[in-house]
Amino acid sequence: MTTAPAKAGWRFRQPSVIPGFGLTLGFSLAYLTLIILIPLSGLIWRSAALGWADFWAIATDRRTINALEISFGTAFFAAAVNVVFGTIVAWVLVRYSFPGRRIVDAMVDLPFALPTAVAGIALTTLYAPNGWLGSLLAPLGIKVAYTPLGIVIALIFIGLPFVVRTVQPIMEEIDKEVEEVAATLGANRFQTIARVLLPGLAPAIVTGFALAFARGVGEYGSVIFIAGNLPYKSEIAPLLIVIRLEEYNYAAATAIAAIMLALSFAMLLVINLVQTWSRKRYG
Amino acid sequence: MADPEIKSYAPRQESLSAAVTESRPAKAVLMIVSFAFLGIFLLLPLIVVFNEAFAKGLSDYTEALTSPDTRSAIYLTLLVAAISVPLNIVFGVSAAWAIAKFEFKGKAFLTTLIDLPFSVSPVISGLVYVLLFGAQGLLGAWLKAHGIVILFAVPGIVLATIFVTFPFVARELIPLMQEQGNGDEEAALSLGANGWQAFWYVTLPNVKWGLLYGVLLCNARAMGEFGAVSVVSGHIRGLTNTMPLHVEILYNEYNAAAAFAVASLLAGLALVTLVLKTLLEMRYGAEIAATRGH
Repeated sequence: MTTAPAKAGWRFRQPSVIPGFGLTLGFSLAYLTLIILIPLSGLIWRSAALGWADFWAIATDRRTINALEISFGTAFFAAAVNVVFGTIVAWVLVRYSFPGRRIVDAMVDLPFALPTAVAGIALTTLYAPNGWLGSLLAPLGIKVAYTPLGIVIALIFIGLPFVVRTVQPIMEEIDKEVEEVAATLGANRFQTIARVLLPGLAPAIVTGFALAFARGVGEYGSVIFIAGNLPYKSEIAPLLIVIRLEEYNYAAATAIAAIMLALSFAMLLVINLVQTWSRKRYG
Repeated sequence: MADPEIKSYAPRQESLSAAVTESRPAKAVLMIVSFAFLGIFLLLPLIVVFNEAFAKGLSDYTEALTSPDTRSAIYLTLLVAAISVPLNIVFGVSAAWAIAKFEFKGKAFLTTLIDLPFSVSPVISGLVYVLLFGAQGLLGAWLKAHGIVILFAVPGIVLATIFVTFPFVARELIPLMQEQGNGDEEAALSLGANGWQAFWYVTLPNVKWGLLYGVLLCNARAMGEFGAVSVVSGHIRGLTNTMPLHVEILYNEYNAAAAFAVASLLAGLALVTLVLKTLLEMRYGAEIAATRGH
């Protein structure tokens, strides 16, 4: 495309013969502002209006702290499990050919398509003490449903496609020659994977982890059925927000939501930095 | 790089390819681990849904689905999707046109803002509307004085659904339209088409499969959303209950068979979505943006 050499000075947009910039950008900004930005700033405004003392009292309430710990802890654990198994699943899908590969590949997206409430009641039925898997685990003394372990199970379900779908396209792009070079230089297969392939995949794996983690922290529908929802033990932060709302305690609901948002954004920021770093190092 | 000379080294190439893949036992272990993991975490829950739905026989199943409360939940779910999905299509197309066809300051920031709803908990997506329109909300008193009902009614459910499904169409179209560039539209314009004609006859046919892909995902989420809708709905049976909320109510009433019957409809919707999505990817993979997953 040939554009006229940019004139000196600040310009909001590059000149173009294509019409409709004002209309489409104007509409998009108006819609974005009305639906997303105003409501979200309402949340920030309300929590700022709380005052520091009130905010601190809610934030340091034992029940709030426990709920946040449970949400972030289970989401972290589930995302870690998904990193391991999601990477293996992606590898199998990319590298091996077997009958039904397309179907297995399509099935990975099930958690995106299945409504969370449906996943929630299905997992609960499966892991309840009399359920198909619950009855197998009960003799071993493992209780899943109505415990924090149940939350982890639900979050593994929700987060799996995030890891697979982030890692898979990067794996497809791996140049086989790199592996051939490693092999001809005397590396065994394990060394090739650990020292050559995995570092290249690291940024994608970290991204997948971050996406699964972020989704898990906020997840509600699939968790509340299986969690048992005992305060201080298996009550997640989003549920505590709902409980406070039902008590008409808008202040507490707002404060917890603001803390969740702040923590999630801080987390994403850290992960972004890690990603930039690993891209520089291995990219 | 099909160099004919390489063919004569076939045996050597074979030994090389053995060095760049795993040994047979390792392969078998990795595949078994994958299938077991996917079977336990994805397939079993899906089977449970249909198994429980038909556990009490076909007549109970049809009865659960034809009860007035279920019918009104189905109607509300369809209504909410029918309003929120088209609105997000208009937004998605419009945002993609502005972002993909033009270079302007703050574009990257705008793209980030569009993705914002994906990083917000669904419960918070509902909460923000309660804070705005609720009785103690910023606009609560004004709305009450004017007799406008948003919260615990259909408008609130539609708004919350729009919020959570906001990015789907836009994020599918933006990379696709960026990749296609402006050449086709510029040609159309230079041949005398006006802007609308260029959009209808050039751009839209170019992106139709990507658009359909985004709409499919948007619709699945719109019909299945639970957290955000649950916060703004008020759970009024027969009035503000969508299908996922109805599933929850039935389940909490220990009416598991009916809950799973309604859930089986939603699971069916999910399966249809997956099949259509896979078909789109197989047929038009190259025409759909490379951004898989979300």
